[in-house]
This record gives sequence, C-alpha cells and structure tokens, in this order.
Amino acid sequence: MTQYIAKRLLGLLPTLLLVGLLVFLFVHILPGDPARLAAGPDANPATVELVRKDLGLDRPLPQQFVRFVNGVLHWDFGRSIRTKRPVSSEIGDRFMPTFWLTMWSMVWSVLIGMTIGILSAVWRNRWPDRLGMTLAVSGISFPAFALGMVLMQFFSVQLNWLPTVGDDTWRHYILPSITLGAAVAAIMARFTRSSFVDILGEDFIRTARAKGLDERRVVVKHGLRNALIPVVTMMGLQFGFLLGGSIVVEKVFNWPGLGRLLVDAVDMRDYPVIQALVLLFSLEFILINLIVDVLYGLINPTIRYR
Amino acid sequence: MGDEPLAALPTAQPLITDERVRTPWSEFWRKFKRQRVAMVAGAFVIVLVVLAIVAPWIVPFDAETFFDYDQLNARPSARHWFGVDALGRDIYSRILMGARISLAAGFLSVTVGAIIGTLLGLIAGYREGWWDRVIMRVCDVLFAFPGILLAIGIVAILGGGMANVIVAVAVFSIPTFARLVRGNTLALKHLTFIEAARSLGATDRTIVFRHIFPGTIAAVIVYFSLRIGTSIITAASLSFLGMGAQPPTPEWGAMLDAARSDMLTAPHEAIFPALAIFVTVLAFNLLGDGLRDALDPKIERR
Repeated sequence: MTQYIAKRLLGLLPTLLLVGLLVFLFVHILPGDPARLAAGPDANPATVELVRKDLGLDRPLPQQFVRFVNGVLHWDFGRSIRTKRPVSSEIGDRFMPTFWLTMWSMVWSVLIGMTIGILSAVWRNRWPDRLGMTLAVSGISFPAFALGMVLMQFFSVQLNWLPTVGDDTWRHYILPSITLGAAVAAIMARFTRSSFVDILGEDFIRTARAKGLDERRVVVKHGLRNALIPVVTMMGLQFGFLLGGSIVVEKVFNWPGLGRLLVDAVDMRDYPVIQALVLLFSLEFILINLIVDVLYGLINPTIRYR
Repeated sequence: MGDEPLAALPTAQPLITDERVRTPWSEFWRKFKRQRVAMVAGAFVIVLVVLAIVAPWIVPFDAETFFDYDQLNARPSARHWFGVDALGRDIYSRILMGARISLAAGFLSVTVGAIIGTLLGLIAGYREGWWDRVIMRVCDVLFAFPGILLAIGIVAILGGGMANVIVAVAVFSIPTFARLVRGNTLALKHLTFIEAARSLGATDRTIVFRHIFPGTIAAVIVYFSLRIGTSIITAASLSFLGMGAQPPTPEWGAMLDAARSDMLTAPHEAIFPALAIFVTVLAFNLLGDGLRDALDPKIERR
C-alpha cells in the first residue's frame, strides 16, 4: 500500500512541474509588460526598471523559473498588486471559508445523491426512480448562480429564515452549500443509479437472493460495496467541479473565500494572486484525485498492489 | 455531464431480418423514437435553434437600443411579455437575442473542442508510444484545472469578451473528447475487421478515418450533446462573473448579474433569464440522455 502511494506521488511530479511551468509562463504570455503592471499605471520608467530588477524579471527565463519554483516551495508567491500584502497571507485569510463550504457541500451532496441514486435503482422505472431522475436532470441543468439567487430570494428575503450574505454562523453555510452541492448531488444520483443498476444485474446478486437473503441485505451488503467503486472515483472528479463552482457561488453570497479573491484579482489584473490561486486550486485537485485513487485501492482489493 | 462510460460501438453490421435492411442509422432511429422525452427535447432544441436564427427579425423591440423610460422595471404585460428591465429594455427581446449568443457559444466551443479532441484521441490511441504519452500528459495537465478555473485563467490572459469565453470553453472540452476517443480507439484497433483492412493494404489514414472513426462517432455524438449543456452554463457563469459578454449585450448570465440589484423590486428580471438557461440546458441534457440510450449497445434492457 505504502509503495503504491509512493509510486503515485512520484508519478504526479511531471504533471505538477508542467502545471507549475504553465502558471509561471502565464505572466509572460499576458499582453503587456509584467514589470509595468506590478509598478502600477502611474510609475515612471525608472521605477518600472527598479521593479523589474526587484522581481527578477530582467534575468533569463529558466533562472526566473527556478526562482519561481523556489519561492513556491517556500510558500512565497510575491505581493498582491492591489493590496501590497504578501499573497500567501491574502490566501491564508480566505482559505478556511472556502474549505468548509466545499466540505459541507461535498458531504451533503454525496449523501443525498447516493440515496436518490440507490432508491432510483432499486425501484427502477417506477415513480421513485422517475421523481429522482427528474430532480437529478434538473439539478445538472440549473446553473448554480441562478439557484443561489432563487434560494436567497425565497429563504432569506421572503421568509427571512436564513441570513443572506457572509459566513459568521453555521446558518450562513446552509444556502451556499446547498447551491454549490446541488449539481454534484444530481451527478452523484445519476451515476450511482447507473452503477447500481449494473450491479443489481450481476450473478452474485442473484445468488445472494437465491440463498434467501432479504432484499435490504442484498442491496446494502452485496450491492453497495461493489457499486461504491465507480462512485468513489466520480466523487473525486466532482471535487474539481466544487472548487470551480465555489467561484460562482461565492460571488452570489458575497462569501469571503478564495473564489471571490480570484474574481476580484482577475478584475483588477492582480497577477501574483491569480498565479498563486490557479496553482493552489490545481494542486488541491491533483491531491484529491490521489486520495481518491488510494481509497479506490482500499475498496477494491483487486487493484491494490499493482 | 457525461458521467456514464460509453463503450465503443462497432458499426456497419448489416443484419437482414424481415425484408428491410437494418443500417446503423435505422437502428438508431428505431431506438431513439421510443424515447419520448428525448424526442420532445430534440424538437425543442430544433425550435430553439430556428428561433435563435430568426431572432433579429421577430423581436418586438431592439434588444440593446430600445428604452421604454415610462415603464422601468415594469412587470410582464401584453406589450412587454417578460416585462421591462431597470434600463427600460424589453426582456422578451433580450432573451430571444440572448438565445443566439448562448447557443452559438455552446455549439462553437464544443464543436472546436470535439474536433481537436477527437483528432488527438485518434492519434494517441492509434499510434500509442510517444504520441500517446505526450497527448495524454497534456490532457492530464488540462484536467488538473477544474473546468471553470481553466476558463477564467484563459480569459485572464486573453481578456474578457464572448469570443475569448468560447476559446476558453473549447480548450477545456478537448481533454474529455481526447480521452473518450483514445479509449475507444484502443479497444477497436485490435479487432479483426481492422486487421482485415490492414491485410488488404489499407493505409493508416484509411484505417483511422474509414474504420476506427465511425466506431467512435456514437460516443462522440452523445458527449457532444451532453457537453453543450455544460458549456452553455460555463459561458453564462463567466458572463455572470463579469468576464464574458459585456453590457449591453443581452447574454443570459450577464442579464442575471444585472438583475441582482433589483431582485427585491423586480424578481422577473432574474426569473426569465434563469428559466431560459435552465430550459435550454435541460433540453440538451435530455436529448443527450436519449441519444446515449439509443446509441449505447450495452443498453438494450427494456
């Protein structure tokens, strides 16, 4: 197992390096002079030159890349053009709200999605299935920002049950996490259903039924574990979706998280922040996929020691 | 959202039952006809495309330059079917014109992504070796960015605007198609009919385009339809974030963003664009589901 994880970690290195290279080049393929951008619009040529030297932009590209990688390894992403604070502390302030929002969305959407998926598979082509799948296809068709606006209008403005914006109490988490998780719940439901339908048609399920197990045991003990394998993979892929979706949802609910930081940074052309955030988001995504692969090995013994 | 994996479909196996010859096309139509929901969705998509094409000639008011200052934020009425927005523009006209933008964005970006992705997938799957490694590594890197993040990154480089949004969405469609087609190509290339073609002296190009490509096309069509829904949502999301279509362009996502400040007094300004996106994407998703059920040979359950 340890060997497997180590092998997977090593295999990630080329991808990480390529992602790093892309993010590094990002500043250089932008139209305009990065030193000029960092110095600000009113800087005179002398200041621009000073900034260029200060940021090391006058050195050859490979040297700059080494410097960049070194900085990243020491958690140094430079300073935000907008606030002049170190990018690492900008991100540090915003990390937790986004992290918890994503986690809560994941937890509830997986639970609800899998429940709907299993119920739909068990009662295939009957009304629970039709209802569940109608909900699911609607869920993937309704854009998150529109759902957020509707939920906020209804529960916060009209009924006044929940707060509108901010992240102060747990009540603030309810609407944003529902908004963010809805599409994922829908995808999980559809995927769980199709995975479960396949499993329920297998011979070992017939055997389990034939030996007289009651239906609940057949579904939970024999079906669930096998159906879980593709579902776990799907879960990992959906994390990326949540990370991306949080950008939109955070704008709707004015959430003080990384997504809003990114949107503001793109608006203000705050390149060091964009660079760091893109790197962070993709790193998170890669790590989650690794964790999923390991989990996959735990659930499915046949691929464990490869 | 292409979630269920799709198997490669070997085409061209004419079986003579009854008197009628069953071609892959008639087989598809026979199965697709039974999917009532998908048929309705398909018809709706066609209507939508026609509406989008003729929109400039049928809108009652100009979507960008007509201002009815007496009826700011007015509710729906006989004169303004979907009401009036905060600047006095007719929402019905703007939704119709917005259909052009959203459908064009969806179709163009997925078409570009599908063509490039399919070609890359065919090359990677057929050549294997270095080609495969390089192409799949690039796909891994593209996959390492969550979709919308990649799009935001590209928009940050190229600048805002709908054209750049289309490029951005196309780029993140590429790896999906490349992986799908590569997998199917790998499965197909060792089959006997490919071997037969090769032994007859067919060139690589003939084998790839005449024999392997038709076998992957069913899967590509299904992903194409499902992908359009995702792309329309992504493009609208970028406009909602202020990175896509700029005012006064009647893009649905941008309209929703503009409606946020007036949610309390004029909720209809948000409801109609939201419904427009929902119904359009829903139609594409239902159509895609129906196509999958009709084209996937594994699904012959009913």
